[in-house]
Amino acid sequence: MSSGSGIDVRYVARLARLDLTEEEATLYQRQLDRLLEHVESLQRLDVGRVAPTAQVVPLTNVLRDDVTCPSLDRAQAMAGAPAREGAFFRVSRIIEEQE
Amino acid sequence: MSGTMVEQTYEAVIGIECHVELKTASKMFCGCRNEFGGEPNTQLCPVCLALPGALPVPNRVAVEHVVRAGLACGAAIPSFSKFDRKNYFYPDMPKDYQISQFDMPLVSGGVVRFRREDGSEGSCRLTRIHLEEDTGKSTHMGSGDGRIAGSTHSLVDFNRAGVPLMEVVSEPELRSAEDAVAFLEYLRLTFLYLGISDVKMEEGSLRCDANVSIRPVGSTEFGTKTEIKNMNSFRSVWRAIQSEIERQRSVLAEGGRVAQETRGWDEANGITHSMRSKEQAHDYRYFPDPDLVPLTLEAAWVEDLRAKTGLIPIAAYERLERACGLAPAQIRQLLGDPALVRFLLQTVDMRPDDVAFAQAAANWLLGDVLRMLNERGVSIDGQRTLTAQALAECAELAMAGAITSKTAKELLERVMAEGGSPKEIVAREGLAQLSDPSMIAGIVDQVMAANAKSVADFQAGKENAIKALVGQVMKVSKGKANPQLAESLLRERLKQP
Amino acid sequence: MSALYQRSATQIAAAVNAREVSAVEVLGAHMARIERVEPSIGAFLSLTADLAREQARRVDEAVAAGKRLPLAGVPVAVKDNMCLQGTVTTAGSKILAGWVAPYTATAVARLLEAGCLPVGKANLDEFAMGSSCENSALGVTRNPWDTDRVPGGSSGGSVAAVAAGEAALATASDTGGSIREPAAFCGVVGMKPTYGRISRYGLIAFASSLDQIGPIARTVEDAAAMYGVMAGHDPMDATSLPRPVEPTLPALRTDLRGLRVGLVREFDTKDLGEEIDAAYRRAYAQLAALGAEIVDVALPHAEYGLATYYLIAPAEASSNLARFDGVRYGLRVDGANVQEMYGKTRAAGFGPEVKRRILIGTYALSSGYYDAYYVRAQKARTLTAGDFERAFAACDLIACPAASSPAFEFGAKSDDPVSMYLMDYYTIPMSLAGLPALSVPCGFVRDGSPGGRELPLGLQLVAPLYEEARLFAAAHAYEQATRYTLDRQPPVVESVR
Ligand SMILES: [Mg+2]
Ligand SMILES: [Zn+2]
Repeated sequence: MSSGSGIDVRYVARLARLDLTEEEATLYQRQLDRLLEHVESLQRLDVGRVAPTAQVVPLTNVLRDDVTCPSLDRAQAMAGAPAREGAFFRVSRIIEEQE
Repeated sequence: MSGTMVEQTYEAVIGIECHVELKTASKMFCGCRNEFGGEPNTQLCPVCLALPGALPVPNRVAVEHVVRAGLACGAAIPSFSKFDRKNYFYPDMPKDYQISQFDMPLVSGGVVRFRREDGSEGSCRLTRIHLEEDTGKSTHMGSGDGRIAGSTHSLVDFNRAGVPLMEVVSEPELRSAEDAVAFLEYLRLTFLYLGISDVKMEEGSLRCDANVSIRPVGSTEFGTKTEIKNMNSFRSVWRAIQSEIERQRSVLAEGGRVAQETRGWDEANGITHSMRSKEQAHDYRYFPDPDLVPLTLEAAWVEDLRAKTGLIPIAAYERLERACGLAPAQIRQLLGDPALVRFLLQTVDMRPDDVAFAQAAANWLLGDVLRMLNERGVSIDGQRTLTAQALAECAELAMAGAITSKTAKELLERVMAEGGSPKEIVAREGLAQLSDPSMIAGIVDQVMAANAKSVADFQAGKENAIKALVGQVMKVSKGKANPQLAESLLRERLKQP
Repeated sequence: MSALYQRSATQIAAAVNAREVSAVEVLGAHMARIERVEPSIGAFLSLTADLAREQARRVDEAVAAGKRLPLAGVPVAVKDNMCLQGTVTTAGSKILAGWVAPYTATAVARLLEAGCLPVGKANLDEFAMGSSCENSALGVTRNPWDTDRVPGGSSGGSVAAVAAGEAALATASDTGGSIREPAAFCGVVGMKPTYGRISRYGLIAFASSLDQIGPIARTVEDAAAMYGVMAGHDPMDATSLPRPVEPTLPALRTDLRGLRVGLVREFDTKDLGEEIDAAYRRAYAQLAALGAEIVDVALPHAEYGLATYYLIAPAEASSNLARFDGVRYGLRVDGANVQEMYGKTRAAGFGPEVKRRILIGTYALSSGYYDAYYVRAQKARTLTAGDFERAFAACDLIACPAASSPAFEFGAKSDDPVSMYLMDYYTIPMSLAGLPALSVPCGFVRDGSPGGRELPLGLQLVAPLYEEARLFAAAHAYEQATRYTLDRQPPVVESVR
């Protein structure tokens, strides 16, 4: 399962809603462990007084005016629907979150 | 069970979280209409349907609404705020993440002051108010009762997805179900006064959850709390909290422990029931939304919004109480209609510090004006004929005895129908009350001559006959005669043989 | 005059605007060309001939009516992660196979307005994740210089189409090098603008804070013209720059006098092999010969670029790709309940590289690891941007390799993701800093095998934020002086007549 402090592929796959086969889980565990090793180099950096960069461009307050514009018609909006029932998108039974 | 058990007194500790849909023309991040009750899946575009490649752009008015909500609660508005993604999968959430705010909400702190039914004061501080987007709506099929439990499949309408949603979180400072409801009522009124939401629980534009725990009186530690969901009216909020407090009390009384869980309110049976037995720590993986840029709330912008905050309900309450001398019940009757309150206060402001005038104006407004509005099926701001000035004039004329109350009513009816100034109408049409004894005396003579039977009746000791005679005087004078004067003149004449 | 399909976009537009040739004829020549070379190249996932024909007729009508269009009748390949209304748009993924976009990306719409003819949707690594185009779930694209080799990625289809004469221009997107590396591999010009310069609206997101659309062309002039059409503020993208776009075409130069070109100390080419090292030394010498002053600059945090990128990009991707859930569009694999449906759909719909990145990104954002990974990477990103700021105090442009090798053979790096990731070593720091950068052909190396082909190399030029005009000006001077690919075509172009 979990490899010490490393990545717990099963847990992360569940969060990401991604079913993995046994082989995939083993393969990704190995590959991601290796990538994490590479990424560990960042721990060497002294970032104590560095501000994080979420966006490189110095924009703020990009807001739109509260005006409406035409919507898609239902046929367009639902054209790609894998399953529908009447005017609705249809999904199978929803079970309450069990992370 | 045990006969030796000591009766323990507990107090409740209640916190409220509510979601409020904001009233805007368009959705939070796209130009689709923000409108309740549209045909399913017709208010959608690439953005709110989360089509590949679509990007959000925030609605300025929604941001301003939240800032105004904060200002109305006296909260601090930070100079910096941002949007974050809250990641979790749910079929009615198109992007499978919700754009929300995590560590830098638009509003931090603030307090909601409220009045209880008896007029006493209470308050509860706010933790935060943040801006996010609503999800679509799932209808659960196959379970018979529309419940998710036992359903076979669900149908999704995404029209509501992307509607601007404000989340308000209170501190756990409420101590009773009554206070929780009063808090919610004032929160609701505040947003109504600001005009930022319809706040209709039945349409889902106001939705609330309550965190409830109990602890021994005097204790400063919190007990284990439960979160109650599915309450769809203020009455059910009250009942649910009340029932949950009772439940927790009996769990503890029997030596048990309250489990931390989410409980649903069952309206039909009047109980809460466990929805999720074990409260899992969600791993929402919040991070700053890289499709959006930060918000800097410049002081000038905030001050401009502060200037537009206007009257808030608790301030209205205090003015109605002090300036108009209204009783709590009367204030409650008025307070739910911000337009009516504003109309009254505008009227009252025409004669500051004149409580008698204010009371007269309030009585006219709550009585005849409300009745007339109801008859016409309009609201005070849905009509253009009766102005605050006109109401003030009516009240003044009546107070000064310049017109009879009957004339005043007729005047109001006229003004409501065709507009105009009551004082001008009175002057123009000579509607002023007849208070000159010599003028009324002529009418009295005329009436006595024409109503010999009533005169005889009175003189034979039938005291009531005077009423008929006064009525006749009023009729002949077209309602203008001062009725007290008419009666005293009548009595004087009738004494003479 | 050369065959229509060999002409540059600028030449085609001039001829169509002058009515020497019709857009319909230009399209015909390219469609014929596509028919002949596509079997050996496989640049396209789908052709959009009907749409292109309709557009060609519209362009001819407009020109006949006296209108001049900047890219009149120029055939363009559209990378298949960009929406084009009415066309199948897949991002190279099974999860979107067959999905028809109901709207058009802003950048693509601007190309259509400028007179471009969309001939087809170009192949790419699934969701633009890859450096070889081998991660496409829907097709194989070969390098026109050697069809045993990859075209590079992720914009492999775009560069192959342009190199093979199937389109004069192609749209591409670059997150960590996806324009510059494949452009180098296929001997074409590829340019990534300043982050925010070209709207991302309609570009299927990989990593929102890094993704940027850019032009692919056979000449710098063409790339500059195409950039000029696509660039500029778009209100549909909140990260779109509101600043004016400097015209690039009038700024094109034939010398580099007065420019200081920085060579990066940490980007020494000795380790890349003797032949490649020599090629880059020649390129730098050529820049000096054109009048540039060569200076030494440092990017001390360059070595952290890859680690930074492989946390930030997957983190954003893990969230961006959540919407592919089988509810509203795309693939669905049914399950007993919604949770099962999600897990199965995403397992079947995503390829191995996408899954790897979703897993690593989800991990980097998950509870307990967020600060150690994601936030730390964001701080490292700040350090990278700071490096460039200091470097650009000492120079006007930076020159370095666009990739660490020429095109490699299929399968050469498939089993080791990290070695594949290293292909982007030279391009990632600029992406992290949001800088404009371009790859221009800078010579050929033999692949070493007996009878082996000559493979193109790319010189990367990097400018400070917003200085695209400077970048094109210098690249043009270098290209005109060296003419590596201007007078020479890939073997496939020569062999398939
Ligand atoms: Mg919320
Ligand atoms: Zn929308």
